[in-house]
Amino acid sequence: MYEFAYHRPASVAEAVKLLAADPEAKLISGGMSLIPVLKQRLARPSALIDLGAIPDLVGISVSATTVTVKGRTTHAAVAASAEVRRAIPALAELASHIGDAQVRNRGTIGGSIAHNDPTADYPSAVLALGATVHTSRRTIAADDFFTGLFTTALEPDEIVTAVEFPIPDKAAYVKFPNPASRYAMVGVFVAKGPMGVRVAVTGAGAKGVFRHAAMEEALAKSWSPEALEGITTPAENLTTDIHASREYRAHLIGVMAKRAVAKAG
Amino acid sequence: MGYEGIGASVRRREDLRFLSGRGIYTDDINRPHQAYAVIVRSPHAHARIRGIDASAARSAPGVIAVFTGADMAAEKIGGLPCGWQVKNKDGTPMAEPPHPVLAVGKVRHVGDPVAVVVAETKPQARDAAERIVIDWEVLPAAATIQAALQPGAPSVHDDVPGNVCFDWHLGDKTAVDAAFARAHKVARLELSNNRLIPNAMEPRCAVGEYDPATGDYTLWTTSQNPHVIRLLMGAFVLNIPEHKLRVVAPDVGGGFGSKIHHYAEEAIVTWAAGKLKRPVKWTADRTESFMSDAHGRDHVTEAELALDDEGRFLALRVRTLANLGAYLSTFAPCVPTYLYATLLAGVYTTPAIYAEVKAVFTNTVPVDAYRGAGRPEATFLIERLVDIAALEMGMDRVEIRRRNFIPKDAFPYQTPVALQYDSGDYHRTLDEALKAAKWDTFEQRRAEAARRGKLRGIGISTYIEACGIAPSAVVGSLGARAGLYEVANIRVNPTGSITVFTGTHSHGQGHETTFAQLIADRFGVPMSQVEIVHGDTAKVPFGMGTYGSRSLAVGGSAIVRASDKIIAKAKRIAAHLLEASVEDIEFKNGMFRVAGTDRAKSFAEVSLAAYVPHNYPIEELEPGLEETAFYDPKNFTFPAGCHICEVEIDPETGEVEVVNFTAVDDVGRVINPMIVEGQVQGGVAQGIGQALFETCVYDEAGQLLSGSMMDYTMPRADDVPYIQVGTAVTLCTHNPLGVKGCGEVGAIGAPPAVIGAVVDALRDYGVRHIDMPATSHKIWRILDAGRQRLAAE
Ligand SMILES: Cc1cc2nc3c(=O)[nH]c(=O)nc-3n(C[C@H](O)[C@H](O)[C@H](O)COP(=O)(O)OP(=O)(O)OC[C@H]3O[C@@H](n4cnc5c(N)ncnc54)[C@H](O)[C@@H]3O)c2cc1C
Repeated sequence: MYEFAYHRPASVAEAVKLLAADPEAKLISGGMSLIPVLKQRLARPSALIDLGAIPDLVGISVSATTVTVKGRTTHAAVAASAEVRRAIPALAELASHIGDAQVRNRGTIGGSIAHNDPTADYPSAVLALGATVHTSRRTIAADDFFTGLFTTALEPDEIVTAVEFPIPDKAAYVKFPNPASRYAMVGVFVAKGPMGVRVAVTGAGAKGVFRHAAMEEALAKSWSPEALEGITTPAENLTTDIHASREYRAHLIGVMAKRAVAKAG
Repeated sequence: MGYEGIGASVRRREDLRFLSGRGIYTDDINRPHQAYAVIVRSPHAHARIRGIDASAARSAPGVIAVFTGADMAAEKIGGLPCGWQVKNKDGTPMAEPPHPVLAVGKVRHVGDPVAVVVAETKPQARDAAERIVIDWEVLPAAATIQAALQPGAPSVHDDVPGNVCFDWHLGDKTAVDAAFARAHKVARLELSNNRLIPNAMEPRCAVGEYDPATGDYTLWTTSQNPHVIRLLMGAFVLNIPEHKLRVVAPDVGGGFGSKIHHYAEEAIVTWAAGKLKRPVKWTADRTESFMSDAHGRDHVTEAELALDDEGRFLALRVRTLANLGAYLSTFAPCVPTYLYATLLAGVYTTPAIYAEVKAVFTNTVPVDAYRGAGRPEATFLIERLVDIAALEMGMDRVEIRRRNFIPKDAFPYQTPVALQYDSGDYHRTLDEALKAAKWDTFEQRRAEAARRGKLRGIGISTYIEACGIAPSAVVGSLGARAGLYEVANIRVNPTGSITVFTGTHSHGQGHETTFAQLIADRFGVPMSQVEIVHGDTAKVPFGMGTYGSRSLAVGGSAIVRASDKIIAKAKRIAAHLLEASVEDIEFKNGMFRVAGTDRAKSFAEVSLAAYVPHNYPIEELEPGLEETAFYDPKNFTFPAGCHICEVEIDPETGEVEVVNFTAVDDVGRVINPMIVEGQVQGGVAQGIGQALFETCVYDEAGQLLSGSMMDYTMPRADDVPYIQVGTAVTLCTHNPLGVKGCGEVGAIGAPPAVIGAVVDALRDYGVRHIDMPATSHKIWRILDAGRQRLAAE
């Protein structure tokens, strides 16, 4: 790690002010993605602005139609929430399979989607459920939020304060973990409800999380695993690495999607 | 206190310390006024160093010194020595290019140490290290065996043309050729044995210290063999005589072979401590471990097995290319030769064997011993080939093994590849494993799995291995530059408690328990009265350390010999005290008794008499009760056994799940069944790791693609099933305990059983062999090709 200054603001407004004042500063939430980068000296922020002392950024609230998870809520809290389990079991289930217990106890939803690692799990839920991202200055629709590898629509001094998920009729997430890292090598989130029928794929896209139009169309006609029979995913836009070729990823998308639909019921 | 002697599953005494965080590892050692070293490593696989500008680093905050290869060369610091010389087919010695501590002129792998920065703090040393500017001339790299052997390939070492370190052979070529000429069938196999990165839980660490008052050096290091490090580093690298150099290997968090070798960092911190008159500490981070700990395996092999019309093995022919990496690590040359080709008979009566091994330099991390070292490579080859022979012959895999086993009345059995097996009963381990694994009812399980949409397969391996490499004279004639005996010193303290100094080193094996059980057994004292001391050259007289499952077979035998000497002397003291003749003294359950009487003295009373010799045979005996034994074994020991694995494959994804695993091993006499089971479990987990997950990947430029836990797949708890472990013992005939060794059997026996099961599960897809690791990706490709073939038909 290089040296950095450390701030611990007590409100979102104060955090935004600190962030706006120093373009080299970085927010730190759970630190599960940022700290490894700092330890390897791959980033050199002038200051860390710790969101950990802002009480207003933690919590889950469920209404008749939405589940809202505040930005600094941990994966463990989402996984353990009885209300989330009732309203969107797929979301709680997804959170329960992120990393390991230590990572889930530190890592947060805001950090995960702001980081937008192409192999992270949450982005698929945000996209497939048609969630709305609340920030310190506006709301951003899921379809506009994820813009590419490790990039989002967030402005440099913008903070994710909450993610609001519409409650679907049916939803499920099935992940094929990378054998080494256990991030998603392919993860497919399917949902049906007020957001329409949506299928989001993580882990596989060369540009990060993406929606699968052909699968959405087929499932809109008939919500069943069989409806996905014969639907393929062009391999050109997928990632290839030492763990899986793009062809294998394309194949796994089909398998995971069918399993997700079956699981969603 | 229950029974604690031989055969008792006593809980490991060291675990309380480890599990409660009270172990003292090298990184826990901090010396007054200590400075911190950071190593600057090559980012290139192969490059010339045109110049190093360290001026900005030298003036960075907190920096005490920066050293490069030129600084060490100027002080005539030697290169890292190789402890084994293998000869070419024509009798000439292997190529032995220099292995400088810090690179001189050229770097040869990513991670090759180039410079060291010593600073007041570690972050300061890291900051300064980034300020070192190196002018590189990047050269094309030879990152694989195949690339290194291409005509016109880059030379890893300028003076080793063609990159061949040695071209060696073993066995009778003429006899093998003749047997092949009359073979009924020939089973053929080409395979690669995947390169592994050891990944002990504790990364390597070294702390060097120099005492200007005495001129004494101390090195604390994560080593499996501190005396060997003292010998190699003192005599060959730093020119420090042994009486001025103490090497301590305190608690060590796993080694698996990777901590046998003498590494550059040990020499760097010791030398720098002397120059700077300050203790210097270096601790690897995990990234450094990946690119600087010696890797394991990495063979490419072609083999053929000749069979007669009844499936009997007539001859075996093997051609292996072995990757040694960029430099010769400490024991590298013996691994693909004397620890590999000598095992190619397996448990079979194959009368003629000929093996050729070409060892190749590449621009990769050096390759050396890793759990099993050579024997897993031999076992994987033989057992896979036997499965293929069964296919060729249309015979059952079990039947072909039985037909070729060395029968139990044939021992001692001389193989055609130098070794003489002393004992074993391969039918028995096989039978017991088949029964425990319910081999006979497997087809029901296969059918049941098929109903669930899964492809189920079963695999078997009947392996042998060789432990406690010895005797010294023989290994010397084969090129070892060291003896391979072991040392024990037993100090009976005046009140009868016992301190044992052993030259072996425990880094997870549980010696503090097993050896204390041995002593409790011999002396009839409770284990609480016994202390096992290891890992410090200032305390232990000498020793060769722990690797190759040698500790109990060789180190335990030394303890027995020293115990015998103690008992012999104590009997004479007891005879004096009891006014009897020494022939009449019996020693049992901690009591010296005049045979047939109730006159007796306890062990503690006799010990006290030895140290307070008021009433003592002082004319004939020295006071005190302390003895040392050096035990040089007569032969290797030969553990063997049968491993059976069942897997299920998800045909949609190619994922393999190990659903059952049974191991029945003959490890010789069992001192502590719980520890043996633990060693087998751990070894099997590593074997499953090699078979299904682990592999080191370099790209063509020699960059390490699997350079972190994000990309190198270690087996995890949920990858390993419950492992059914059994033992079926035949005693070793030539050591006093009848023990053989259990540290590596799991890693040796498991891989072919797992791959055999995977191949069996895919039998409808026309697969004969799958190289390790059998990842889901690889299996999906096979399944996909099979489905496309079916669709086309
Ligand atoms: C061993 C390990 C295994 C893991 N496995 C998985 C896995 O299987 N699946 C998975 O999805 N993830 C995995 N992760 C990542 C984990 O989920 C992280 O917690 C998550 O990606 C980032 O959340 P964080 O709160 O830790 O963010 P941090 O690391 O604190 O921050 C990440 C980035 O987001 C920015 N940021 C943080 N909070 C905000 C905010 N509120 N608004 C705007 N920007 C913000 C930071 O400035 C930083 O750039 C793993 C991590 C580790 C260490």
